[in-house]
Amino acid sequence: MYDIKALYEAESIEHAVQLLTEHPGAQIIAGGSDVLVQIREGRRAGAELVSIYGLDEMRGVSLDEEGAVRIGSLTSFSHITRDPIIQKYIRVLGEAVDMVGGPQIRNIGTIGGNTCNGVTSADSASTLFAWDAVIELTGPEGVRRLPIHEFYIKAGVVDLRPGELQTAVIIPRKSFAGYQGHYIKYAMREAMDIAAMGCSVNVKLTPDKSRVEEARIAYGVAGPVPMRAHSAEQAAKGRAVSEETCRIFAQAVLEDIRPRDSWRASRALREHIAVVLAERAFKEAVRRCGGETDEQTV
Amino acid sequence: MYVGKSVTRTDAYDKVTGRTRYTDDLCDRGAYTARVLHASIAHGRVVSIDISEAEKIPGVVRIFTCFDVKEKHYFPTAGHPWSTDPEHQDVADRLVLTEEVRFYGDDIAAVVAEDEVSAAQALRAIKTEYEEYSFVLDVQEAVKEGAPQIHKDYPGNILKHTTIRKGNYEEAVKEPGLVRVEGWYETPAVQHCHIENFICYAQMEGERITVTASTQIPHIVRRVVGQALGIDWGRVRVIKPYIGGGFGNKQDVLYEPLCAWLSMKLGGHLVKLNVSREETFVCNRVRHAIRSHIISWVRPDGTYAARKLEAYSDQGAYASHGHSIAAKGAGAFPQLYPCENIEVDAYTVFTNKPVGGAMRGYGIPQAMWAAECHTDEVAARMGMDPVAFRRKNLMPKGYKDPFSKNELYYDSFNQCLDKAMEAIGYERKYKEYQNQTGMIRKGIGVSVFWYNTAVWPISLETSSCRMVLNQDGSVQVQLGETEIGQGADTAFAQMTADALGVLLKDVHVVSCQDTDVTPFGTGAYASRQTYTAGCAIRQTASLLKERILTYARDLTRMPVYNLDIKEGNIVRITDGRILMTLGELSSEALYSMTNSQHLTAESTAQIKSNAYSFGCTIAEVEVDIPMCRVKLLDIVNAHDAGTLINPALAEAQVHGGMSMGIGFGLSERLLFDEKTGRTLNGSLLDYKLSTFMDHPRLKAVFVENPEPTGAFGTKALGEPPVCSVAPAIRNAVYQATGAAVNEAPLNPHNLFLKFSEEGLLPD
Repeated sequence: MYDIKALYEAESIEHAVQLLTEHPGAQIIAGGSDVLVQIREGRRAGAELVSIYGLDEMRGVSLDEEGAVRIGSLTSFSHITRDPIIQKYIRVLGEAVDMVGGPQIRNIGTIGGNTCNGVTSADSASTLFAWDAVIELTGPEGVRRLPIHEFYIKAGVVDLRPGELQTAVIIPRKSFAGYQGHYIKYAMREAMDIAAMGCSVNVKLTPDKSRVEEARIAYGVAGPVPMRAHSAEQAAKGRAVSEETCRIFAQAVLEDIRPRDSWRASRALREHIAVVLAERAFKEAVRRCGGETDEQTV
Repeated sequence: MYVGKSVTRTDAYDKVTGRTRYTDDLCDRGAYTARVLHASIAHGRVVSIDISEAEKIPGVVRIFTCFDVKEKHYFPTAGHPWSTDPEHQDVADRLVLTEEVRFYGDDIAAVVAEDEVSAAQALRAIKTEYEEYSFVLDVQEAVKEGAPQIHKDYPGNILKHTTIRKGNYEEAVKEPGLVRVEGWYETPAVQHCHIENFICYAQMEGERITVTASTQIPHIVRRVVGQALGIDWGRVRVIKPYIGGGFGNKQDVLYEPLCAWLSMKLGGHLVKLNVSREETFVCNRVRHAIRSHIISWVRPDGTYAARKLEAYSDQGAYASHGHSIAAKGAGAFPQLYPCENIEVDAYTVFTNKPVGGAMRGYGIPQAMWAAECHTDEVAARMGMDPVAFRRKNLMPKGYKDPFSKNELYYDSFNQCLDKAMEAIGYERKYKEYQNQTGMIRKGIGVSVFWYNTAVWPISLETSSCRMVLNQDGSVQVQLGETEIGQGADTAFAQMTADALGVLLKDVHVVSCQDTDVTPFGTGAYASRQTYTAGCAIRQTASLLKERILTYARDLTRMPVYNLDIKEGNIVRITDGRILMTLGELSSEALYSMTNSQHLTAESTAQIKSNAYSFGCTIAEVEVDIPMCRVKLLDIVNAHDAGTLINPALAEAQVHGGMSMGIGFGLSERLLFDEKTGRTLNGSLLDYKLSTFMDHPRLKAVFVENPEPTGAFGTKALGEPPVCSVAPAIRNAVYQATGAAVNEAPLNPHNLFLKFSEEGLLPD
């Protein structure tokens, strides 16, 4: 039994915006795998809910006219993982969201919910940061788009204005064309867990596969919100594909990340793991690009 | 014959189709919902509780606080048989609601409402004022002078201290040439995490109160509810339906007394108390965290000259099962590796933490962690192979314990080691994994375990059984021993069918215990169900058979000694002819106009023996050193549990225990906030119960040496499978890395600390 004051079901995006405007305190609910848990814990007890779960126009993955990948915010994790466009262009995102919770959660949980929840540990978020994803928001004023790093304001808070809902997550073509990525979730068990740290790397090599043209790396749980490690990205840019580059890249992340010291993991453990993850994810991304680092895996 | 066959569980179809009804399914929808208000300080006194806002919430029926408990009936909670000797009675230190707060989560008030939502709202609206005392969370801090005192009758917070002395340790260590090996070993508080949280409901009928509860121990619950309410025990009726697991947490009286008290306060209205998962972690019971210190003195030939153990068991805030856990573990120490000179000191110490109670293994998983981590360190120091070292020192065949009178009748340890080693390919892997240098390494480790079936002679062992013959020759069987998911009912049915000579389909085990009608028994614990119930079943079947055959004599005009019951027929032994079916006899007996009889039998078996149940685990791991992670590649448990009543169920039981051991070894621990005493990770998200994905394929192998003291050659298998898993994993990591991780679990937190200390991590 849940302590819910009222539930309004939106019939269209416009209707959702209208309901949210009419009920300014209302909480949006999609799959409910976060919101219902929060209600049960008392954190959102007595909430008014606007359900957008029935809005099929917000489901599915497509390529838009500019060749960008557009993911409707209500697309479930399991649909993302199995989607042919995702598998072809941004396979790593499919792999990352396949590590969320367990099968039931991946069937009900949505990428929009995962990002709007604003938590640093969301498995989709670090990969979306690494791909320079763009968030599409629809509200009373119409549609606006903003880079995902601007969408996250602080822990648990995203830039969702009154009456607004997130309608899509967009990965621009320039972000993924020629890139390959790899995501590593570091958790305390193999399933049903949140990331103690998540690390997503994508890499573009020079056509001869000998140099790193560009590398991007983003973390979950390395700070209050998902974050990029720009020092590492700069350090790798233009360098030869080599074991040494892997190490330089990985060590450089320490200049950017600022993980918390908590009972869930010490700062020292998180920093240590951040470097190991960076190195391994970078190496795998390079391998997926067809590059070869010399020695065996550390 | 059915014993020894993997027959289908009696409850299999109902459970997989969802037809089985558990406590919550049975409770009438008109029940009030009760929720407990838990203290938000670790130690202190409730000064006031303001319920004025909470009472106004629609749907709230009544709110009771600790100040409403006028008659203070202190009660014990341990699911032990009662002792008529006051010296041996469990400590009565609980009240249904308490003003004195002894841990963060203690029960200080209860809301009764028409539904869960209003109950939850009311809980949030209650304001409590406390007088706070200083608190203590660590056992060794708690025994220091000046530490906060948790119970006035237990100075120094020591609930109990027991010793075992054998030979002369002080003299023995002077022997020249001895190698001294010393270590500290620690296991954390963990929780049972049974699927069904504790739940109960209570209502009155006349002057009597009925409590239906998810419990392992209905007859004990009846006694304790009587004690807690200060009413005659006969006025209490306890019903135990199917339960979704207990693992010892429900071998304790949890909220049955409070629920019954609330119902009484409300004129006997039906009240349901359904504990949340979060409360289960904090406000039920946990496995005692135990810190052990072992010193061994070893001769150059690899034998022990003298050994010493000090164990500190963390009781938490209330006595519950108390010192029994530490004592059982301590008792194993001198027996597992017998040695002439032994000193054991076991302390059970109160702290301001959640309460330690019974949990599968009852002190043995903690004791084996200490003993078997230590064994590998001793073997390494002596330059000996860990298996060879064990074989040299383990309890030998023919060993007799002077206290329990237990005897090891077989060469169980060596047989189990042989079987397990073969099943996993130990010899080859052990050689292959020696002296690795990479960052990802493999290892294989062994641990044995000691376990004792049932509780004699420390406590009462009794089992009562009733068998009732139906018109069709089928039989109803009732026992006080409970089905808690382990398959007891199926084993009981198999044993009854064989003992009585009827077909399995004609045995109807009454699964539900109802203290108004079920014969007295103390319930499911100590891995005793099959062993003790087997004795009662065999004895009662023999009585019923005698009555049946006596009746058959009149119908067949054959002497009783020439008659037998086979496959549900009355058979003449001399020529094997079937004279009549049991159904024909039974119908005649019930409806006879001249000699009507209800053919039943009931008897109590008192069991004055128990049985060693030994075995081992071998685990193979891959250690990713930079990632501070252990991956379990392969694992096998070998058990000598005597004759297996149902091999498929036995295997499933071992799998379940191994799974629990994997969590204990790799990921599970409860964490407490040093600043407040609050449990930090009391949820299934933050408490890292292991998942299927963390398990390799689990292997179980058996050595079936028939146990001569039991009715069907069987002995303990309920708890043993968990006992040796964690140290085997730890020893595998030890082989792989040389890092002796002595604090469980081997999670990334502990591995990171250890690997850093050992210089294993790359810069």
